[in-house]
Amino acid sequence: MQAYAQQIHRCFRCGYCKFPSDFTDFNCPSYSRFRLETYSTGGRLWLIWAWLKKEIDWSDHLAEVVFSCATCRNCVEQCPMGFSDDIVDWIVAARSDMIEKGLALPHIRDFLNNISKHGNPWGMARSKRDAWAEGIRRYKQGDEYLFHVGCVGSYEERGQRMARNFAELLDKAGVSFGILGAEEECDGNEVYMLGEMGLFQELAKKNVQKFKELGVKKVVTLSPHAYNSMKSRYPRLGDFEVFHYTQLLLEMVQQGKIELSELKARVTYHDPCFLGRYNGVYDVPREILKSIPGIELAEMERTRENSFCCGGGSGNFVMDLLGRSEESPSRIRAREAHEIGAEILVVACPSCMMMLDDAVKDEGLEDELTVKDIAELVKESAK
Amino acid sequence: MDKIYESLAEIVGEKYVSNRKEELYIYSKDPGMMEPHEPDYVAMPKTTEEVQKIVKLANEKKIPIVPVGGSLSLSGLVIPHRGGIVLDLKRMDRVLEVNEKSRYVVVEAGVTTGKLKAYLERHHPSLRFSIPDAPPSATVVGNIVIHGQGRLTQQYGFNSGMVTGLEVVLPTGEVCKIGSCSVSPHWFSLQPLPDLAGLFLGWFGTTGIITNLGLRLYPRKKIRDIEMFVVEDPNLVPDVVHRVTHTEMTEDIFVGAQPYPLVFKDIIMIGICITGDSEEEIEFKRRMIWDALRPHIDSKEGGFMMLTPDIKRELLEMPTTGTTRFADVMKGGGFEYCGPIIPVEKFPEAFKKLLELSSKYGITYGMTGRIIGRSHCMMFAFGYPFNRADPDNIETTKKALHDSNVASLDMGGVPWKPEVPAQKMVMERMDKNTLELMKRVKKFLDPNGIMNPGNWEVE
Amino acid sequence: MPELKLKFNEKLCATCLTYDCLVRCQYLDIDKETAKVEMQKMIKGEDSFVLHQCVTCYACEEYCKKGNHPFYLITDLQEKRGVLPIPKPLVKQWVNAFIPGRRDIQEFWGAKEPVISLCVFPEYADSIQGKLFEDVSIILGRYVCCQPGYVHFGNPSIIRERLPGMIENIARHNFKEVVFFHDECYSTFTSYAPAYGIKVPFKPIHFFDYLYNKLKEHESEIKPLNIKVAYQRPCTSRLTPKKEHFVDDIFSLIGVERVARRYDRENCLCCAGVIRGQQRYDLFVDVQKRNVEDMVNSGAEYCIFNCPVCFSSLSEAVAKKGIKPIMMHDLCKLALGEKTAGK
Repeated sequence: MQAYAQQIHRCFRCGYCKFPSDFTDFNCPSYSRFRLETYSTGGRLWLIWAWLKKEIDWSDHLAEVVFSCATCRNCVEQCPMGFSDDIVDWIVAARSDMIEKGLALPHIRDFLNNISKHGNPWGMARSKRDAWAEGIRRYKQGDEYLFHVGCVGSYEERGQRMARNFAELLDKAGVSFGILGAEEECDGNEVYMLGEMGLFQELAKKNVQKFKELGVKKVVTLSPHAYNSMKSRYPRLGDFEVFHYTQLLLEMVQQGKIELSELKARVTYHDPCFLGRYNGVYDVPREILKSIPGIELAEMERTRENSFCCGGGSGNFVMDLLGRSEESPSRIRAREAHEIGAEILVVACPSCMMMLDDAVKDEGLEDELTVKDIAELVKESAK
Repeated sequence: MDKIYESLAEIVGEKYVSNRKEELYIYSKDPGMMEPHEPDYVAMPKTTEEVQKIVKLANEKKIPIVPVGGSLSLSGLVIPHRGGIVLDLKRMDRVLEVNEKSRYVVVEAGVTTGKLKAYLERHHPSLRFSIPDAPPSATVVGNIVIHGQGRLTQQYGFNSGMVTGLEVVLPTGEVCKIGSCSVSPHWFSLQPLPDLAGLFLGWFGTTGIITNLGLRLYPRKKIRDIEMFVVEDPNLVPDVVHRVTHTEMTEDIFVGAQPYPLVFKDIIMIGICITGDSEEEIEFKRRMIWDALRPHIDSKEGGFMMLTPDIKRELLEMPTTGTTRFADVMKGGGFEYCGPIIPVEKFPEAFKKLLELSSKYGITYGMTGRIIGRSHCMMFAFGYPFNRADPDNIETTKKALHDSNVASLDMGGVPWKPEVPAQKMVMERMDKNTLELMKRVKKFLDPNGIMNPGNWEVE
Repeated sequence: MPELKLKFNEKLCATCLTYDCLVRCQYLDIDKETAKVEMQKMIKGEDSFVLHQCVTCYACEEYCKKGNHPFYLITDLQEKRGVLPIPKPLVKQWVNAFIPGRRDIQEFWGAKEPVISLCVFPEYADSIQGKLFEDVSIILGRYVCCQPGYVHFGNPSIIRERLPGMIENIARHNFKEVVFFHDECYSTFTSYAPAYGIKVPFKPIHFFDYLYNKLKEHESEIKPLNIKVAYQRPCTSRLTPKKEHFVDDIFSLIGVERVARRYDRENCLCCAGVIRGQQRYDLFVDVQKRNVEDMVNSGAEYCIFNCPVCFSSLSEAVAKKGIKPIMMHDLCKLALGEKTAGK
């Protein structure tokens, strides 16, 4: 924990973290939104250090600055210094420090309490977790894949649609799978990013315990957030493979388990941070799109490791610290997609789906631009 | 309720004003070592009109104003010594016009060097500007206001010499246009009008706020390459530079020396960049440069180093991340440099002094220099990395910087973008009438003394 | 420490019928009579134009069928007579660059065989991955640097000064065998060291020897590449021609055709990196041009490298002519369907 306190002063506030590789525009969601230096990664790190040194006191505004980071990893990607890989870890460690001291904004406390008590950030009943899942198979021992739906997929309308789309495609392809339904636990990625390590460990243990009891060897997640936490932070606790749903979808398409017919549309793909920058998966979703006859894949200026985060990370898809104003990252992203003439903005993440769908509506672009997930497109194209 | 705060909020919008502790803290410092001073407010205007309103307000209330770009001078030039309003200009980030035929661009005050580079590469790939080595978050205007240099400085002089026009908000609130744009719709040149730009360039914002700036653009060639000439004896450097600049075949020429890594120890490197539209052009220029330095090669006292493709890429990068990474040498998050402008023939003396100071204070160094014009002068940087978390190291480094400034002046150089203590040293040595003229200009333009006070303050 | 003496036999040169060492030199235009005279001068320690024009490409070591080390004779004499093949500041750079580390790097104490030494090329560490390198440990850094580059810089005595210490640094790990990524390392320990009576207590294994055997283990997974390549022979490979067959063995295994070209095998050309270092720009351009044109005219699609310095010196020139530069181990990885690190 204290390791970050010994290192965090190394930030020079050079500002590379604000940009993508080619400097076209600002690529840090919070800096882009607020433009005050405090909201850039450098400003944030300097303030954390100032707080550690007791040069500034704790305040709501400090909390806002620290917790408005979407942990998108653009700064890690762009920082030219030797410590660049550690930057998000420092912010997470600082948050952890703060949470341990009981210092957090009320809606962050609510977010975490809801997950602790109800297994989801909205505080909705645990028993309702599988309300969307009528007719979807429950996992039983011997099934090949456990389909981890996640909180957004379980409780939020657009997420639920994504979950259904994928489940139906799995059925169509004859893949052996099941869901845990109301027994499913939150994967804990946002809990980790917010710094609540105790709760994260608890969630991780519970999940791994369930997987062991059921003999789960392969998990496929709807959300890249779950993919990230299970792939990067769970393995120390258990022995199972983790896939993101796009990886399975590509396999299904390539093996001819799903046949695709023509679907004409000009689309663009938004790289989600936890699939892209965190786990290096850029090509798989694109290969799926290229496999659909009639699809014209146009790329936005900022793609792959330079993708501009929708602003939903670190629990922001619920807490909305980055706001819904014109300068919010999600609305900037929606405008970008529209500017290149895309009719469909394709996502592979339920949090991105929420953020970008709201953004398209806030921009008044819903007649010209629709947000769809990859599974929905594949489903539309499937014979 | 704070009336000033209310007025600022009315001008720029509540979202873009702050008097919260966190903003005051961050804007009280820059990444160098100068003492912090907190402002009372931070405001982020979007338009010239908003800047004008704030300046009028400040004048009326006699509140200091400090215009801020990238905050990367490292000399504390944007630290609000007397509090007041910090104007973070980076919301004014539009590229207003690119005239390809006359090769100029007009930018707002907050356009970063990164953004302009990206913009030109995308929309006007045959044009480039003289990009400095500062990180891409530096502003074009900020760099020019401090007489910055860049990749085209050897060919065309200081970046401030490439200005074709200004729009300025005077300390008394009037908006002025300077150069051809004051008479014509086009921003092609300061000349042939009386040169009013000199009232605003190099003054660190003490005479007005530049809101728009016209800047020369130059041809961008398809290929860039680099040769690195290496010598051991610093006395050879002026002649090497003299010979190479005589060829008029090169782009950037920079000089570097550092004790680590070991491959750079005890030698001095002279980087010579060349550009061309064809392999033939590049080879011709390369041979001209080799021929020019043949006497040094034959004497075995100098030679061209083999550069791997990776090293070339790093040296040719624009901006160079190497400069920024110098801040992590001590794992301490900072560096500062005294970078006087000196005659090139003073290089050996300056280099000797640098080694002396590094040894005297027991601190490591990084020396970089950039040739200005046809060896008319050079920027010589006494660069010292420091550890932000070690107050003793900071104090020692400050002493080394002070001594570097003294030595620079003693050898006949002029400190570039000097921090306030060094400004005082410069003014102490300045011709008395010149100093009086500076005082009069400041008083005339800024009668209430609100503009970035503490800087270029004539006693 | 007593000065290490070169195992050189004057009589062998005196009775030589061909003087191939100098007559076959690709950079000197020299007939047998002149070669004999100049050789005698150098044996006596006298000046010779050979000392000043030698590009230090090692070829004469290979051409001398008597194993009498003409190349080491030349380079030692250059130093003795103060002939500077390369400008002093560049020499200083290289002397400084590989000053042995004062202490062992602790992490390498955990290194277990099979162990590969990357010498002073840490940038290749990322590429030592995949099926060919499972369970491999890596050692690298100045403390294991073989140091032979100084033959190019007119101060080969530094090699002898530092080599015993380097050997001790490696021997301290008690390795029985060490795989050397770079031909220079392998050739230093198998040729240069014995030439000066320096004992090497571990068995050096050439990287290509290792690669070939590993490929054999995975033979069923190899997909023939069906490409035509040129091979850029590193200069030190002239010291150890007996291992050269591994190049052809590997090519054969992975479905690669080594194009028949003029400047290959014993007639290979130096990458010209050192020639440029000697500031002989025209010769550098000429040598690279001939080498690359030869590759192009022979239909090579790729140029395969062992030596990182050759790669740095020549890769741009080959790429500009549409030939893809690639290191041998990356080529082997391609044959197994693995991604390369891009070097």
